[in-house]
Amino acid sequence: MANISIPPTLVGSARRERPTIESLAGPRSRARKEKFIRSIFFSAALVSIAISALIVISLVREASVFIFEIEWAQTWGQNGWFPRTGTYDMPTLLVSSLIVTVVAMLVAGPLGLGSAIYLSEYASRRTRAFLKPVLEVLAGVPSVVLGFFALFFISPQVIERIGRNGWWVIGAVMVVVYVLLVGGWARRLVKRDIETPIAVQLKRVATLTVLVATGLVLIWWVNNVAGSSDVASPDFFSVKRSGQLAAAAVGVGILTIPLVASVSEDALASVPDELRTASAGLGARKFTTTVQVVLPAAVSGIVAAFIIGISRALGETMVVFMAGGAADAAQFTSSPFDGGLTMTAGMASLATGTDNVVGEGLTFQSLYFVGLVLFVLTLALNIAAGRFVSRVREQY
Amino acid sequence: MALTTVGGASNATRRVEDEIFRRGRDLKGTSFRSLMLSALGVSILILIVLIVDVFVDGWSVLSTRLPDFITGTLRSQSSSDALGISQGLLGSLWIAVFVTVLSFPIGVAAAIYLEEYAPRNLLTKTIDIAIRNLAGVPSVVYGLLGLFLFVQTNNGNSTLYAGGITLAILVLPIVVITSAEAIRAVPSSLRQGAYGVGATKWDVIRTQILPFAAPGILTGSLLSLSRAVGEAAPLILVGAITGRLAPRGGSFVSLDQLGDRFTAMPIVIVGWVQESGRDPGFAAAAGAAIVVLLALVVMMNSVAVTLRNYFENKRG
Repeated sequence: MANISIPPTLVGSARRERPTIESLAGPRSRARKEKFIRSIFFSAALVSIAISALIVISLVREASVFIFEIEWAQTWGQNGWFPRTGTYDMPTLLVSSLIVTVVAMLVAGPLGLGSAIYLSEYASRRTRAFLKPVLEVLAGVPSVVLGFFALFFISPQVIERIGRNGWWVIGAVMVVVYVLLVGGWARRLVKRDIETPIAVQLKRVATLTVLVATGLVLIWWVNNVAGSSDVASPDFFSVKRSGQLAAAAVGVGILTIPLVASVSEDALASVPDELRTASAGLGARKFTTTVQVVLPAAVSGIVAAFIIGISRALGETMVVFMAGGAADAAQFTSSPFDGGLTMTAGMASLATGTDNVVGEGLTFQSLYFVGLVLFVLTLALNIAAGRFVSRVREQY
Repeated sequence: MALTTVGGASNATRRVEDEIFRRGRDLKGTSFRSLMLSALGVSILILIVLIVDVFVDGWSVLSTRLPDFITGTLRSQSSSDALGISQGLLGSLWIAVFVTVLSFPIGVAAAIYLEEYAPRNLLTKTIDIAIRNLAGVPSVVYGLLGLFLFVQTNNGNSTLYAGGITLAILVLPIVVITSAEAIRAVPSSLRQGAYGVGATKWDVIRTQILPFAAPGILTGSLLSLSRAVGEAAPLILVGAITGRLAPRGGSFVSLDQLGDRFTAMPIVIVGWVQESGRDPGFAAAAGAAIVVLLALVVMMNSVAVTLRNYFENKRG
């Protein structure tokens, strides 16, 4: 094949002979050089595997010491996280992390998804070209800046001004709206019927109401009975400059907005335009097309965006460390309006203050144990998100 | 008879048009659209409030003594005239050097391997999965790695190179992913053309792929650089401690610093925020330091974004 396409003059310098495999291969030094370069690139690619292995080894090696030597009864049901005195209460960290993640997603979810829907479905090319870079600037804001903002602005000016009771009302309204939206949407997905008897509809509304009421009672119970915070205190206008989990969580949520927005926007953009035009051709309005065609088609990607957002919020350190209100050690709390320590902030606080993370017996190892828990959680979330993303790719 | 039908039809048309296009007709659609727009608006508003708040908090320092603030050093009293961020800037600059020297070459090389050389086998798949998962690992965990690798083996002394290498490791997956994307966007006709005139693989990479992918690679590199400069959590774990850096004659080129204790801009900010409980003047100093850090980071980001948009438009 080769000897047909290449004129002999191009191969051997002046020798007019048929090219052979050897003459086409060029000088051996050339092949050696190519091989050498390839091996350089290959070893660069191997670095990532080495790093992954090192992360796992370092976490597992130190954490295993903790796992084998700690008395497990001490890690549950204590009054807080005081690693320097040997009190390792996992629920303290886990509950705080949960609070921060949930509140952060209450901020980042609607804002991120809404921005993505507007940018992908409604914005004109020019508006998009102008607005999208702004979101990208937000994505580039370092987390220490958000920590400062959460501590000195969100906490005194937003959280404290609106007041604890106000936030419960806002939170309850948001939960109701969420449940109604998601419930209605899920119902529409499950049963594509329009004509439903009123009795059935009433029954559904009743079920939803009971669900929401249960949720609210749960929140109330957690705050009043399980938590130690003083709800009754009239803190409506008292502006304090101290950290609390809620402020930190809002900060984390702001950091997560651009991530949720960009992943969901990718998902919306991957929905083929044919679906939109077909829907419009059937007479659907833009709203109907967006809500009933585009969003359901992109649902895997949107779920992935939320999971990635959760994983990011779980791993965010500095905002909670600076604005979470517990810089060193923390009592157990289940109220977002108290200071608390998430897993990440617990690690950071352990590493500051002293030179060499010293303390009672297993303090250093506890750092790695918490790190391992965090690593496993975020890894699982990221893998799950990856599954959802690839499902979108397969579909279209 | 015929006329009335036509009249009726045009009437019906008008009615339908009216039904569809009348103002306020599509109430659901309009409110949904404005809801989505307000989500975007709120996000942007938050960004504006954030920037204004930081400026307002830092204004007392920025307006009166900005040059001194940049050249000054860490002090225990916020009222000190010599208070400033020079050590933080120096540390952040060194971190940027580490990232540039370590992450960029290794990251781009790995991306080239994955896109141009890698056979479809288990090893390639493993590398790919490793990189994707590394990109999602929280930054504190990288701090634990740095603590384990460098600080423990160094008798608990954290040094500049420990922090620099840790952050270089942190951004490596980002560099690989963005570079690989840029390389994937190179049209295969360029490759085929180069092979057709007898180029070797390395020739193709050197003369065709890298020049074409350069803007994309540069964008990704700038984004990861700004991420590294703004990152604090791993440095806290590795042990960058505020107020411990002794500048050696203030000379940046002195390589002795690599083995010294160090600090960086984000760490300075965290330190001052914590000090502000004791000495409220530090809050203003932290605000001013944030303005400087934001200026650096936003500059890098906007250069990167502008560069990308420019080339995206150019190549259509």
